[in-house]
Amino acid sequence: MNKLILTTIALAMAAPVSAQTPAPAPARPAGAAAGDAAFGARMLGPATGEQIFHRVCAACHMHDAKGAEGAGRYPALAGNRNLAVPAYPAMVVVKGLNGMPAIGQMLTDEQVADVVTYVRSNFGNKFKGKITAAEVKALR
Amino acid sequence: MSDSIVDSAGQGMSKRELLAMIGKTAGASAMYMAMAGMEQAQASNFKGPVKLEGGAKGASVLILGAGVAGMTSALELSKAGYKVQVLEYQDRIGGRSWTLSGGTTYTELGGATQTCQFAPGNYINPGPWRIPWHHHGLIHYCHELGVELEPFMQVNYNAYVHNTKAFGGKPQRFRHVQADYFGYVSELLSKSVKQGALNDAVTKEDAEMLLESLRGFGALDRNMRYVKGMPSSGRRGYDKEPGGGLSAVPEPSDPIAFSELMQSGLWRSIAGNLQWDHEFTIFQPVGGMIQVGKAFERAAGHLVRKNSKVTSIQQNEKGVVVTYKDTKTGEVMKAAADYCICTIPLPILAQIDMNVGGELASAIRAVPYSTSVKVGLEFKRRFWEQDDKIYGGITYTDLPNSQISYPSSRYGAKGPGVLLGCYTGGAAGYELTASTPEERVAKVLEWGSQIHPQYKDEFMNGSSVAWHRIPWTLGCFGTWTEQTRADHYKNLCQMDGRIMLAGEHASYYGGWQEGGITSAIDTITRLHQRVMAG
Repeated sequence: MNKLILTTIALAMAAPVSAQTPAPAPARPAGAAAGDAAFGARMLGPATGEQIFHRVCAACHMHDAKGAEGAGRYPALAGNRNLAVPAYPAMVVVKGLNGMPAIGQMLTDEQVADVVTYVRSNFGNKFKGKITAAEVKALR
Repeated sequence: MSDSIVDSAGQGMSKRELLAMIGKTAGASAMYMAMAGMEQAQASNFKGPVKLEGGAKGASVLILGAGVAGMTSALELSKAGYKVQVLEYQDRIGGRSWTLSGGTTYTELGGATQTCQFAPGNYINPGPWRIPWHHHGLIHYCHELGVELEPFMQVNYNAYVHNTKAFGGKPQRFRHVQADYFGYVSELLSKSVKQGALNDAVTKEDAEMLLESLRGFGALDRNMRYVKGMPSSGRRGYDKEPGGGLSAVPEPSDPIAFSELMQSGLWRSIAGNLQWDHEFTIFQPVGGMIQVGKAFERAAGHLVRKNSKVTSIQQNEKGVVVTYKDTKTGEVMKAAADYCICTIPLPILAQIDMNVGGELASAIRAVPYSTSVKVGLEFKRRFWEQDDKIYGGITYTDLPNSQISYPSSRYGAKGPGVLLGCYTGGAAGYELTASTPEERVAKVLEWGSQIHPQYKDEFMNGSSVAWHRIPWTLGCFGTWTEQTRADHYKNLCQMDGRIMLAGEHASYYGGWQEGGITSAIDTITRLHQRVMAG
């Protein structure tokens, strides 16, 4: 048990879920009431593209970016040709797609650009070109 | 703070700040009155047991999904004479009306399998967990189908409110924060009334009544001050509680200093408990929310084919044909009916080959699903009851776990107890979802031990559900905005040829079972009207 706790502390230090940045209040889920003070109202906080991928994107697309399948599926980002033009994944992050929430609402423009670049140049993806924070801002 | 707010905090408070505060107070009380009025006027969407009269003319209906929306539809349509078949992806009826208890095993997307280790009688409800009194449809089916209800302890004055950046990170009792907040607001408002600051808005007669009401509302003393003494301690509690015999004399407690209370932000939790969705009476099923699924299974389970993964929904002028795969055998099969009621969660439905019009197709793709994570923790004993005197209710915190909910049943039980150590969303929800089940439990233990230091010595095991990893929903519930409601809601609910959608996502009760049930009743009523019209 103690070992478990220690590992956790290390984990928590390495990857804090930060509540430091005042959130510009993303849309509150209808089912979450005002008393659920923190529910759904957090910005991610400082993080690199790689950290954002593993803290947010990997929730659905998995840490190996290969996606998953149940009654429906989460598409793989590894080897996904839809990533060829950076504006497309940036748009999906900012606006959401199908059931995917607009997770860009809890990221800064810079963070959206960073995570898009990270995904486009990892997991076997070698797509050229970059999107800038200014270009992300224009997509919002 | 031991003296009147006006003597101390008032010195440092500008008139503008004071007025802003009064404005907020007036807004809150106006809101409160508006809410009370709404309650008088409110007309339920549920009009009592649905009556589909006149026979079904031999019509058949294929229902996709065996959650509360699908099962309500199946039960009522079959009673009305329709030929009904339900296809369900899982090997269980009830959908998100689900409970994790000892022996529950499930595999999430990504492959992690958890087997819940809780002792008999202990559980958490990973999805819906409470039933407000005004969820008339769900309560009707609970009564009719034999689901016993018991009170859910939504508000516990002795639970904590916690801000890591206030009071040195020490959790405060809800009772103290609420009593002191009401007290100070009442004192300030009464002072402004007496100073004539509200003369334009309040008649002399009303002002007198207002002052009288504030004395009671705020637990003010005879001088209209909220200070340490018997009136305030009658609300917030005592340093030494009253007793009998020679040690009987109570000792009043010190209110929290006004500025510290304001700056702590802990007053936020008070408004949450005034929500219509959270007010008493609020229930939970005895033995967990899975009892709702089991009750529908007893009533209409014979109509359900489980382990059936829908891959295609096609309609023409004669009927609907659904292709599905048996998830155990891999066999691909077809089911046909005159009509189809589809309750499949939208992130999944958006991926299914389906010939519907552009408006419905767009609506299906317009509703993102909320992230939500719940983590249940089992401890060797109910230390929250034994040590902290917390019997049910919810502690709120700014830590990523957001909430700790204590069990609303079996108070005083000896042996292991289970509490809900985390109910969160947003960035914290994604991060926990991306973590392994073991990491989720470890993180939630670490956060919760800042409120309950007993966590570390008493912990036994934990189980979690991260809804975006659930293979049969891909998220917790549909989230709408004003804009998406305006653009897509009607199109989502409108009959498209022979296909209709139902579920919480097709309701204004997002994330609640009542949305699934009222949506189902609305849908089958319209379907029946169409069949009757021939």
